[in-house]
Amino acid sequence: MFLQQILNGITQGGTYALVALGYTLIFGVLEIINMAHGDLFMMGAMVGWALVTLLGWSLVPALIGGMVGAALLGVVLEFTALRPLRRKGGTNLSPLISTIGLGMVIQNLMVRATNGQPLSFRVPLSEGVIRLGPLQMTTAQLVVLGVSILLMALLQWTLSRTRLGRAVRAVSENPETAALLGVNVSGVILATVMLAAALGGAAGVLVGLSFVSVSATMGLPYGLKGLAVIILGGLGNVKGAVAGGLIIGVLEALTVAYGGAGYKDAVAFGFLFLMLLLRPQGLFGISAAAVRRS
Amino acid sequence: MLRIRGLEVAYGAVAAVRGVDLDVAAGEIVTLIGANGAGKSSILRAISGLVRPRAGTIEFEGKRIDGLRPDRVTALGVAQVPEGRAVLARMTVLENLLMGAYPRRDGEVQADLERVLARFPRLAERRNQLAGTLSGGEQQMLVMGRALMARPKLLLLDEPSMGLAPLVVAEVFRLIRQINEEGTTVLLVEQNARQALRIAHRAYVVETGRIPLSGAAADLAQDQRVAAAYLGGR
Ligand SMILES: Nc1ncnc2c1ncn2[C@@H]1O[C@H](COP(=O)(O)OP(=O)(O)OP(=O)(O)O)[C@@H](O)[C@H]1O
Ligand SMILES: [Mg+2]
Repeated sequence: MFLQQILNGITQGGTYALVALGYTLIFGVLEIINMAHGDLFMMGAMVGWALVTLLGWSLVPALIGGMVGAALLGVVLEFTALRPLRRKGGTNLSPLISTIGLGMVIQNLMVRATNGQPLSFRVPLSEGVIRLGPLQMTTAQLVVLGVSILLMALLQWTLSRTRLGRAVRAVSENPETAALLGVNVSGVILATVMLAAALGGAAGVLVGLSFVSVSATMGLPYGLKGLAVIILGGLGNVKGAVAGGLIIGVLEALTVAYGGAGYKDAVAFGFLFLMLLLRPQGLFGISAAAVRRS
Repeated sequence: MLRIRGLEVAYGAVAAVRGVDLDVAAGEIVTLIGANGAGKSSILRAISGLVRPRAGTIEFEGKRIDGLRPDRVTALGVAQVPEGRAVLARMTVLENLLMGAYPRRDGEVQADLERVLARFPRLAERRNQLAGTLSGGEQQMLVMGRALMARPKLLLLDEPSMGLAPLVVAEVFRLIRQINEEGTTVLLVEQNARQALRIAHRAYVVETGRIPLSGAAADLAQDQRVAAAYLGGR
């Protein structure tokens, strides 16, 4: 029973981690929080829903479609809410507001398009249950967990092993040095925003799959949870986003199993609060003092 | 190779460079010497595209490069080692060197990497160490090795000897001369005027954004005014 809850929590936590990675990537290169991320997540789910329900696509192409849809919206985000403000050289607070604005526009349009009703998201998957000794998983859970792990591994590989990944890390350390080394900084920022959006979009499709439903307002709780995760894990830190996502997922699952579903968010955010008291920089973050020293 | 005419750089209301003419011929080492705040770095930053000049022209191999994005300038064969070393601290020595070859698409990057590592044995030993954990001298070697990875035609060096122990300084200057002898043109900004004049072919003195004095390095090293202001008397 306990192990089963851990497994459920890890599955749920995988989607939190995907959402959080989107925040962390953008924070890494721009040092801003993209408040529209929850809505990119929702749009990924909506595109996935449309492809499956209206066009009859199967899960994998629909998942890729949701990621592409969210990435394209990421382009819109970059050219409307991010780049114009960057050119003006304002504070890091202005993109906070502009991304909230764009997120609201997206959400309101979708509320109108769906009449504010949740849409049922039925993916043609076998309804089977897989048993591993005492543990069991539905096919959907297995897909969610498998895809989350695959995407995180792919991201890690991209960042650590590819030319684009090195460029992203160089820009996140020092855009000026990166530019002197021949990196097209604006191009790398655009690619990072698209990558972040695509991860959010994938998470949206996976969450839709788990809950058999999507809605125009599904982005808000996941957006907040993702924020909690990166603050727990340490801003701009990939390892932290993954660990934070899994911790919050597992905590929630255990709370639901042993305390009651009503306390789920209270426990997750309470734990976050406690952690921040003990380690203000997050689990994997570097303390402000260490940053000043370097 | 490099031809600058009437260059002006300003940061808001602060004029940092006020009408500079400067030439660098292929194969030369040219040095810019001058006091703190004279505008030396600003000249380099204008060449590499980090700041857009307020006025004037910069030509590299006959092509206007003023106002070009830094990555475009780099792609033309101009590498800058900025002031204060600027290693990518959270990346390994090897990754830093690979970043130097970022614009290159030819198949010889790996061979150049081996060559740079052979040239800097201390970097080779530390190839998987994070660059931020290197000593100051090692970091300077790393940024110079990284610049070489770009196979630049023109190398811009901004105070490479800053904050280094005398032995390491000598090594840095020896290295600059070597790089030049292998065919790379060098524009060197230095506070350490004595050493810079020793290895340079020609020199420009920069003072409050202007160039009051220029000429063969050997002549400037003998010049009374230069000696008084930049060589700490004799
Ligand atoms: N980003 C900036 N914003 C405002 N003023 C600047 C900026 N960078 C340089 N300046 C000013 O421009 C002038 C020239 O600076 P620059 O860095 O080019 O001098 P420098 O000769 O390289 O000096 P140093 O030897 O100390 O490095 C200085 O007065 C400096 O304060
Ligand atoms: Mg300077």
